[in-house]
Amino acid sequence: MKEILSLDHVSYTYESEEGEPRKAVDEVSFTVWEGEWIAIVGHNGSGKSTLAKLMIGLLFPENGKLNVFLEELNVDNLWDIRSRIGIVFQNPDNQFVGSTVQDDVAFALENNGVPYDQMVPRVHESLAQVNMEGFLDHEPHHLSGGQKQRVAIAGALAMRPKLLILDEATSMLDPQGRDEVIKVVDELKRTTGLTVISITHDLEEVLLADKVIVMNDGKMMMSGKPEAIFAHGDELEAIGLDLPFASRLSRFLREEGIAIQGEHTTEEELVNELWTFHCNK
Amino acid sequence: MDISLQQVGYSYALGTPFEKRALKEVNASIKSGSYTAVIGHTGSGKSTLLLHLNGLLKPSEGTVRIGDVNITASTKAKELKEIRKHVGIVFQFPEHQLFEETVEKDIMFGPMNFGVPAEEAKRRAHELIKLLGLPEDVAQKSPFDLSGGQMRRVAIAGVLAFKPSILILDEPTAGLDPRGRKEIMELFNKLHEEEGLTTILVTHSMEDAARYADQILVMHEGRSVMAGTPADVFSDAERLKTFRLGLPRSVAFQRDFEKLIGQPLDKLALTEEQLAFEIAAALKDGER
Ligand SMILES: Nc1ncnc2c1ncn2[C@@H]1O[C@H](COP(=O)(O)OP(=O)(O)OP(=O)(O)O)[C@@H](O)[C@H]1O
Ligand SMILES: Nc1ncnc2c1ncn2[C@@H]1O[C@H](COP(=O)(O)OP(=O)(O)OP(=O)(O)O)[C@@H](O)[C@H]1O
Ligand SMILES: [Mg+2]
Ligand SMILES: [Mg+2]
Repeated sequence: MKEILSLDHVSYTYESEEGEPRKAVDEVSFTVWEGEWIAIVGHNGSGKSTLAKLMIGLLFPENGKLNVFLEELNVDNLWDIRSRIGIVFQNPDNQFVGSTVQDDVAFALENNGVPYDQMVPRVHESLAQVNMEGFLDHEPHHLSGGQKQRVAIAGALAMRPKLLILDEATSMLDPQGRDEVIKVVDELKRTTGLTVISITHDLEEVLLADKVIVMNDGKMMMSGKPEAIFAHGDELEAIGLDLPFASRLSRFLREEGIAIQGEHTTEEELVNELWTFHCNK
Repeated sequence: MDISLQQVGYSYALGTPFEKRALKEVNASIKSGSYTAVIGHTGSGKSTLLLHLNGLLKPSEGTVRIGDVNITASTKAKELKEIRKHVGIVFQFPEHQLFEETVEKDIMFGPMNFGVPAEEAKRRAHELIKLLGLPEDVAQKSPFDLSGGQMRRVAIAGVLAFKPSILILDEPTAGLDPRGRKEIMELFNKLHEEEGLTTILVTHSMEDAARYADQILVMHEGRSVMAGTPADVFSDAERLKTFRLGLPRSVAFQRDFEKLIGQPLDKLALTEEQLAFEIAAALKDGER
């Protein structure tokens, strides 16, 4: 397995004029392997976006070591490394640079020296992937919230990155739109070995990840497979997180006196158990 | 204040080559003190609709009525000022409504703008910082030096601070962590009930629409295509599908369960708790 990203005791503190500065990221260590889908979850202000900014060298660790594609980020390799990373920020407005949707998506390609005859089809292809090919000449700032997020995602996909970092990139999409985008990214992961790091509050999306990283107050509190993480329901609740729908429903059913046995994170599993209940009654 | 929309149409960049008709013949009636959820696919016109409810946009066609004020294409800006005192709007992107140097000043702005003394405004700001689960030390920070979810909380605090009687929320929980989402939706609901607010919520969460709203308005390609109680709207899965909308998870699960046992449950379960209750009742029913 090839290493894509590794953090070794990485910390970061924002400068502040008054008060005790607090570590936004505090001694965080983990490794991401090629082709993995990583979900990062955690309460508001737990350091997730700061981690994303460290990963692309918008910020540098105050201590610890951060390697991307096996190289430590520095001012010399920054642009080369960034050209292999697609990132979608939490607020898409902050990343639009072009005055039309197609210029915006083309911008990064142009910057990275993609020849014009390849650029145009790539722009069209990635906008089609997010169902925005009908908006080529629209101004990005004059789109609806969900449309902005789709364009920002297209911009990241057009780069054909090795590593895709999504910071709550689908938070304003309708449920169907969210599923569509996740499918597109998952397809790329399976066909091209894309590595995905997705920061999200959507617990159903977390279930699709290979590995979950739970942040709490700047520290990494746990990491593991989704099922293993969601087995810690009470701890997750204590730090402001929650369980997926099927686990929550299982809890309510137990409160109603239905002795659900297994820990179910998906609707399918829970329906199956209810079926046995129904048959045995 | 009752709100009604009659044959409302709106075009962005009217009369230019970029003209975009975002609302078409929209009709809606929102009773004073009611809780309305507006749902619809991306780009269906929800945010555009909301911007008409506090006079930030004027209809290109038709009439928006808020209380006794009629807003049409020819309404003067001055007449809209009075309305804004009563209408609080939480925008889809919190950054669009934060502008002061510090969080405290930002939250104080609304009340002071409407004549509340500084001391009282400050007191409210600190109360709201706590109520919205923000760390106490954010008061003197710049609102732009916060995390996304923290900014969202400040934006909400700034709106609640001037105590509007109509509360307009455009996906207010996007970016909030799960606990924040639940607590802040409960807070809105509490204010709605205790203060008799008229609440209008745009949301992609069918679960929140089902749980909190008295009335659901469905938007599709700029038109108002369906209105009714959550039970009515979510009973018609086929029709919702044509608007590219799905069911709340609890209702979808209920349908799967009903298929399994071959009979319908007593009621449409609009919340998880209700669903658990109905399923338990159905499973126990056969035992006796
Ligand atoms: N530019 C900044 N200047 C100073 N402090 C900051 C800045 N950006 C973030 N912080 C602080 O650093 C901490 C971590 O913020 P970060 O944005 O990484 O959180 P997050 O996990 O992404 O939260 P959210 O879920 O709300 O987006 C928070 O306490 C936040 O207030
Ligand atoms: N400032 C603007 N200028 C031109 N067109 C706009 C502007 N804002 C929105 N539109 C267009 O008007 C239509 C309706 O947009 P609106 O923002 O009301 O949608 P929405 O239902 O809120 O969508 P979302 O769920 O994605 O936020 C969209 O097609 C959008 O592209
Ligand atoms: Mg963040
Ligand atoms: Mg919108």
